[in-house]
Amino acid sequence: MIRVENLTKRYGDSPPVVDDLSMEVAAGEICAVVGTSGSGKTTLLRMINRLVEPSAGRVLIAGENTRGLRGHELRRRIGYVIQGHGLFPHWSVAQNIGTVPRLLGWKPAEIKARVDELLGLFGMEPAAFRDRRPAELSGGQQQRVGVARALAARPDLLLMDEPFGALDPVIRGRAQDELAAVQARLGTTIMLVTHDMEEAVRLGHRIAVMDGGRLLQCASPAEMMARPATPFVEALVGGAERPFRLLSLERVEAAVEAGEADGPPIDAEASLRDALSACLWSGRDALPVEREGRRIGRVTLAALRHRAAPGGAGRAA
Amino acid sequence: MSVLAAPVASSRRVDRLGVLIALVAILGAILPFALFRANRIVPGEGGGIAAALPPAEAALLGLALLCFLAAAVLRVPAAVKLAAGAALLALACLLVGRSAGFLTPPGNSFARVAPGSGFWTLSFAALLLAADALVRLRLPPLGRVAVLVLALALLGLLLWSGAWDGLSLLKEYGTRTERFWAEGRRHVALAFGSVAAACLLGLPLGLLCHRVGRLRAGVLSVLNILQTVPSIALFGLLIGPLAWVAANVPGARALGISGIGAAPAFVALVGYSLLPIVSNTVVGLAGVSRSVVEAARGMGMRRSQRLFRVELPLAAPVVLTGIRIVLVQNIGIATVAALIGGGGFGVFVFQGVGQTAMDLVLLGAAPTVLLAFTAAVLLDAAVEALSGSNRRKAER
Repeated sequence: MIRVENLTKRYGDSPPVVDDLSMEVAAGEICAVVGTSGSGKTTLLRMINRLVEPSAGRVLIAGENTRGLRGHELRRRIGYVIQGHGLFPHWSVAQNIGTVPRLLGWKPAEIKARVDELLGLFGMEPAAFRDRRPAELSGGQQQRVGVARALAARPDLLLMDEPFGALDPVIRGRAQDELAAVQARLGTTIMLVTHDMEEAVRLGHRIAVMDGGRLLQCASPAEMMARPATPFVEALVGGAERPFRLLSLERVEAAVEAGEADGPPIDAEASLRDALSACLWSGRDALPVEREGRRIGRVTLAALRHRAAPGGAGRAA
Repeated sequence: MSVLAAPVASSRRVDRLGVLIALVAILGAILPFALFRANRIVPGEGGGIAAALPPAEAALLGLALLCFLAAAVLRVPAAVKLAAGAALLALACLLVGRSAGFLTPPGNSFARVAPGSGFWTLSFAALLLAADALVRLRLPPLGRVAVLVLALALLGLLLWSGAWDGLSLLKEYGTRTERFWAEGRRHVALAFGSVAAACLLGLPLGLLCHRVGRLRAGVLSVLNILQTVPSIALFGLLIGPLAWVAANVPGARALGISGIGAAPAFVALVGYSLLPIVSNTVVGLAGVSRSVVEAARGMGMRRSQRLFRVELPLAAPVVLTGIRIVLVQNIGIATVAALIGGGGFGVFVFQGVGQTAMDLVLLGAAPTVLLAFTAAVLLDAAVEALSGSNRRKAER
C-alpha cells in the first residue's frame, strides 16, 4: 500500500531529520511508528502527505509516486488526524466532518448521508451531535469527530500523529479499542505515530521503531519483543514489561485447552494478560473459559508462562 | 450571625452606583435648567426648574425626578431602572423645548434659550441609569441594535415634531439647514470612506505581515510613529506633498486632489486608521490555533481556502474590533479636517469657536458624538455576534 524509498529530509547543513529511510506498509495494516521526540517520526508522516517535501527519496501509494499529484490533491485522498484534533471551532460537527467531501465537490445530500453514517459508526447519535460546535463536545467526542473527519472521503490511507495524546488514560484506552474496531471493519491502512509503546503494541500489526532519523526495526509486536534488533529497541519495548506486553497481544481463546477448572470463568475474548492477572489475584492455577456463556475449556498458568516467554507466542495478525 | 446580617441586608437594598447617579441628578435639579440670552453671543443667565418652566410642568418634572431617585437608589429590577431613566430623559427633553417658549418674550427673535447645565447634568444622570440597566439586562447583540434604533427614532420624532424649534441649537440649524446636511454628508464620506480605504490597504498589509515575519516589526513601528503625529500637524504636513501632486500629476486635480481641502484630510485619516487595522489583523491571524491551521492544510485546503474558510473567519472578531476603533476615532478626528478646508461637522465647531457662539459649536459637536456612538454600538454588536457564534452555545 505505502512504499517509502530512501526518504530523506534535511534542513540546511544540520544532520538529516529523516535519514535514507525505506519501509513498506501492507494494505489493511496498522503500522505504529514509535520513537522518542526528535526521532523524525512526525516528519516521516508529514512527508507521506507532503506537508513536508522530502529532500530525497520517494513515496509510492498503491504503486503511484506521490510526486505526480499536487500537494493539496494528494492530501484530500489521505486521511489525517493530529494531536489535539484540530477541529474548526467555527463550524458544526457536521461541517467539520464534511470538510474534505466539500473540497472534493460532493453533493450536499451525499455529504449529509456520509456525516450521519460516520457519526453512527462512532456511536454518536447524528441528530444529537450533527449541529453542535466542537467546544460543546467532551475530549473523547472531539477526538472521535477528528477521526470521523479524516475518514469522511473514504480514504484508503489514514495518517495519525499522536491521535490520542490529549486524552486521559481511561478515555484513551476506549478510543484505541474503538479505532481498532473501526479499522477492522473498514480495512483502512493506518500509519500511526506515537511515543507510547503500550499504544503501539495495542494497535499496531507492525511496529516501526525510529531513532535519530533512522529506522531501527520494523516488525510485528511479538517479533520485536522476542528479537529486538538493537539495545535501543530492547529498551523501548521495556525489559521488565515485556512478558506482560507479550501476553496482552493474545486472546484467551488462543491458549484454551480441554479440561476443568474451579472458580469464576474468564471470557475467551479477554487478553492473556487479564487471565494471568486473574490467576495471580485469585491464587488459582487454572481458569475456566467461557464463550457467550458456554464453557469451552480452561486456561492454565503453565500455558500462560509458556506464552510469556520469547518464542512461545505468535500473533495471528 | 444576626449582627452581621443587618448591615448586609441594608446594603443589599441600596444600589451604590444608583446613589451616585441620584446625587448627580440632584445636582442637575439645582443647576440652571435653561439659559436665557438677549442675543446669540452674549453670556446667558440661568434659571432653575421652577423659573424656567410653567408651574404645572415644573411640578411634573419634579415628580418624575423623585420617582427617578427612588428607582436609582433602591434595588429594583433593571427593567424598572431602564424605564425610570428613559422616562426622565424623555420628559427633560420635551420640557426643555417648552421652556424656550416660556422664557422668550413674545415677538423677540434675537433672544436665545439654550438647555442649561442643569438639563445636561440631569440628562447625563438619566442616560447613566438607563445605560447601566441595559448592561445589566445583558441584551443579545440584536436587542441592543433594536434599542439603539428605537432611541434614534424617538430623537428623530422629537426633532421632527417641532418641540425643540424654540431652542437656540435648532435656531442655528434653521438658518443653515442646507449647509448642515452638506457638511454632514462630507463628514460621513470622510470618516467612512477613509476607514473603507484603510481596510482595503490594511487587511492585505496585515496578512502580509502575518505571513512574512521579518516585515511585521518594521511595518508596525512605522505605523506606530504615524499614529503619534498630532492630527493637526499631519493635516498640515500633507498640504505640501498633495499640492505638488495636484500640480505635477496629470489628472490629479480632476480627481479633486489639492493641497488643502478634503484630499489631505482623507489621506491623513487613512494614515491614522492603518495601525489599528494592520495590528489587529496580525494579532487576529496569530490567534488562530496552530493545530487548526495544520488540520486545514492536512485536509487538503489550498492557501486561499485556508485563508477565507478558516483563518479570516476565526480572526474576524479581532479584525472587526480594530475597524470599530478606527471608525469611532475617525468620526471624531474628521472634525479637525475643517481646519484645512476639508469640511464636515468641524466647520460649525470652528465657526462657533470663532464667534464664541456655543450653540453653533454644539451644532457641530452633537451630531458627531451621535454618529460615533451609533457606529460604536453597531460594530460592538457585530463583533459580539461574530465571536459569540463560537462560544455562546458552549456556555449554555
